[in-house]
Amino acid sequence: MNDFHVYIRKTNLNWLVRMAFRDGRASSRRLVLFMASIVLGIAAVVSIQSFSENLKESIQGQSKALMGADYLIDSNQSPNETVLSIIDSLGGAQAKEVKFVSMAAFPKGNTTKLIQVRGIEGDFPFYGELETTPESAGREYARENGALVDATVMLQFQLQKGDSIKIGNLTFPIIGSLKSAPGSTAISASVAPPVIIPYHFIEATGLLQKGSRVGYNYYFTAKADTDLDKLYQEVDPKLDLENADMDTHVQTSQRLGRRYENVGKFLNLVAFIALLLGCVGIASSVHIYIKEKLKTVAVLKCLGATRKQTFLIYLIQIITLGFIGGLLGALAGLALQQLFPIIFQEFLPFEVQVTLSAQPVILGLLLGISMSVLFALSPLLGTWYVSPLQVLRIQEGVNTKFRKMSVFVMVLILIFVYLFSFWLLKSWSLALAFVLGIVVTFSVLSGIATLFMKFIKKFFPSSWGFIARQSLLNLYRPNNQTMVLILAIGVGTFLISTLYFTKDILLAKTTLDESNQNPNIILLDVQTQQKEDIVNSLVPKGFPIIDNIPIVTMRLHSIKGREINDMRSDSVTTMNKWILYHEFRVTYRDSLVASETLMEGEWVAENNQIDKPIPISLSDNVAADAQVTLGDIIVFNVQGVLMETVVSSIRKVDWARMQLNFSIVFPKGVLENAPQFNILTTNVGDESSSAQLQRELVRRFPNVSIIDLRQVITIIEGILDKISWAINFMALFSIFTGIIVLIGSVRNSKYQRIKESVLLRTMGARSQQILKITALEYLYLGVLGSSTGILLSLLGSQLLAVFVFETSFVPAMEPFSILLPGITLLVLAIGLFNSRSVIRSSPLQVLRKEMG
Amino acid sequence: MAKILNVHNLKKTYKSGDRELTVLDEISFAIEEGDTFAIVGPSGSGKTTLLGLCAGLDQIDSGTIELCGSELGTIDEDQRALLRNRHVGFIFQDFQLLPTLTALENVSVPLELQSGKNAGIKARELLGKVGLADRIHHYPSQLSGGEQQRVALARAFSNSPSILFADEPTGNLDEETGEKVVDLLFELNKEAGTTLVIVTHDLELAKKNQHILRLKGGKIVANGNIVLS
Repeated sequence: MNDFHVYIRKTNLNWLVRMAFRDGRASSRRLVLFMASIVLGIAAVVSIQSFSENLKESIQGQSKALMGADYLIDSNQSPNETVLSIIDSLGGAQAKEVKFVSMAAFPKGNTTKLIQVRGIEGDFPFYGELETTPESAGREYARENGALVDATVMLQFQLQKGDSIKIGNLTFPIIGSLKSAPGSTAISASVAPPVIIPYHFIEATGLLQKGSRVGYNYYFTAKADTDLDKLYQEVDPKLDLENADMDTHVQTSQRLGRRYENVGKFLNLVAFIALLLGCVGIASSVHIYIKEKLKTVAVLKCLGATRKQTFLIYLIQIITLGFIGGLLGALAGLALQQLFPIIFQEFLPFEVQVTLSAQPVILGLLLGISMSVLFALSPLLGTWYVSPLQVLRIQEGVNTKFRKMSVFVMVLILIFVYLFSFWLLKSWSLALAFVLGIVVTFSVLSGIATLFMKFIKKFFPSSWGFIARQSLLNLYRPNNQTMVLILAIGVGTFLISTLYFTKDILLAKTTLDESNQNPNIILLDVQTQQKEDIVNSLVPKGFPIIDNIPIVTMRLHSIKGREINDMRSDSVTTMNKWILYHEFRVTYRDSLVASETLMEGEWVAENNQIDKPIPISLSDNVAADAQVTLGDIIVFNVQGVLMETVVSSIRKVDWARMQLNFSIVFPKGVLENAPQFNILTTNVGDESSSAQLQRELVRRFPNVSIIDLRQVITIIEGILDKISWAINFMALFSIFTGIIVLIGSVRNSKYQRIKESVLLRTMGARSQQILKITALEYLYLGVLGSSTGILLSLLGSQLLAVFVFETSFVPAMEPFSILLPGITLLVLAIGLFNSRSVIRSSPLQVLRKEMG
Repeated sequence: MAKILNVHNLKKTYKSGDRELTVLDEISFAIEEGDTFAIVGPSGSGKTTLLGLCAGLDQIDSGTIELCGSELGTIDEDQRALLRNRHVGFIFQDFQLLPTLTALENVSVPLELQSGKNAGIKARELLGKVGLADRIHHYPSQLSGGEQQRVALARAFSNSPSILFADEPTGNLDEETGEKVVDLLFELNKEAGTTLVIVTHDLELAKKNQHILRLKGGKIVANGNIVLS
């Protein structure tokens, strides 16, 4: 049959494309709906991808401006001689800064606020700028001995240029409002907004006292030919030994990039879910579309078309749809990414330059084509296996080869989804977890849909009235859309309610117990000599001292007999090195607190033995990072005095609890005479009393920092709100995709529904009865889909609460009381709206319009 | 005259649940080129199955079918497709026009599959012959039953087939339209010199053929020439 090959060659691509077009034009509306299913998903993926790229480029492009210098040397303690000589050897710092958190008072409105003081000397920043209003304020504040105050604070307290701010013992005129500055992040600024003053005033503020957490930064510029990496390799190890550190602008931007990359990855997954949901819609629509086309395929085969030709005709249609869907999605994504700098502006300490590039368009096209083809492949294979005999008689039953190929296609889809997830997440295990999560969610939803249909079949309520029975029958009729509708509704609901529950879990951890037994005000950096005065000013006003926690700062000297300096230079050690450089804030007490549970060993309340090492308690994370267990000897350097201790117990600490937690706790009877400062806590009834107390304390004890937990919670809520807004924004794509899939499914089943409606009408059914049947059908689907989605999300949230957030989870009622009826009504509305032509028209009209 | 279709000892069974149904058994006959041949019999006698097998639309269980010199049991589906495209024309009871294609496009498809040039011209010509010159851009849904069957006739003859299989060609038409279609069928057939195989239960239509094969319960009960009165 040599003729055969000639024949195949002759029927060229042109004819296949022409046939694909001819066949598709009559179904253009339906095909547009298939396409729409993936447009939003692709738009979401492309926009996030593109924005992530822009973010990376912006961070790289602005790395110097983000740091304000080429590199810096920083330390959490006043630099010693060695550090200063290293700084000198580098040509001396061009600018230096000291920063710490403190209270500030604003005489204008008699208000106070926790701020971050940044004392700067020199022409910092060397790159980028202090963005201020008026514009000249950044250059003038030092000359005018004034302060630049965070723009939000200016707004909050209605401050103007010329008003004053009191920091410690000094009052500064406000020279301008500070919109942005290198080295300030958006999130930290929301807790303690920055205020910049000239460096030489810091000492005079009187705020640098014992226990103050102070950061010292020395900024440098480098010559153009300086190899910063090489410089880092040379200098940083020397600085490490002196509890100082070097950071280059490249490292800082890489760190920042990684942080945003993680957020980007998460948002990418949310976007990818939207795309997958759209693909499920495509698979379902193509399944019905091809099923309706099988007769046409059989006729074509009768006329002499080969299996390959008929398969290619429909493959070309799908590729074209995927291409157009991908292109539209990519263009929509590019348009959408223009919004992202606005959506994420709260989190970005820099300006993102939104640029357009070809890469996202290519990504969109590839995704559009590959996802459409993959998900349509299984139904498309139906054209390959259909016999031309279908022209003469309908053949039931599924070809075994077809079944095998469908399994193969399913494996292909899973591999593709896995590889794409890996590309997004850059982690094999995370990608696997994501794919497993998707498979479980989709399987549970489709399993429930199948069980539901089987259940109705088996226990069909024959005694029900005609309308109720007919609507139930519709759920498992041939070509029913029950599965895909439950998937679309379920996944959408699952996403929304999981986001809701997760936010709930996070907020629940920050909730304050309103009883007056629990502290809501924390006073930090209380010096020993101030303690009595502060207590005396609180207690008579009815503010009880709930906690009086002594703090002693110390560093590690040796662990298990090995000196820290030796361990610092050990490149082979697997120990977490932060331990070696950290200045620990340690307390002493005789009992565990509510956020602690003893995991191992014995809790020692008081130390009475003088000759033996002091028994201490470590938190489990510090014990793990320091690689120590019970009985190991640790020597601490307590401000010049070496103290030998032994690990006598290991505690689990709930760090997320709104209270003061410590990684190292000494027993009583050891540190009482060591230089120390205190943290006091109290409970203040309402916000105005709190503000009044803060004003008084700031006036009398300017070095004491006051944290009002209620305000912190408001800030955390605000941050979570912003984050959840961004996530919800991405989740919207899934929801809208779900709606499109829903519309597509309803319209797909419309053709079948019309036949039934027409038959029912000719037998005398009234419009209202048909309307009720349709409404009931969508009601069942809406209730089942949304309740399954919510229940799945309950399970998912419970798992998240236990394994990720390590907390208990009490579900809120909103998803049940708002989401369930809301989504059900939406499904009902979409179902009825898209079936209105079936319900309204006369049988003959419907037959002519829809079947013709 | 040479044999264009040679069926020998054909057997076909179908599975229905657990049971195996024999639809055709011990079927042997031959048709010479240019003959007109009717297959008649009551419903369920296996007429349509036999037509499907003879046209290479289905696979036989045992026996042989030689169509236009090719033994159908030895070639695969795509080779049978080529054979159909080159040598076979079809007319079906329910017309089986492609609903998304216009009349002209429907008639052009077999020619386009052959990559035949001037497919459009030939299709127009054929549609003219069946009296539908002014309906060439209409879709099947815009045509009456009789018109649809005339388009199907034009399509069946478009690839100049050696043999044409017609399955109940008038089954979906009223008597008057049916007669017109049958007249047209025989007229075009005579003009093209095609072998015609018609499956029908309409004895009047069967009698218009040179040969009649009677089937009952899947077996041949009579095979002979028509005595023209």
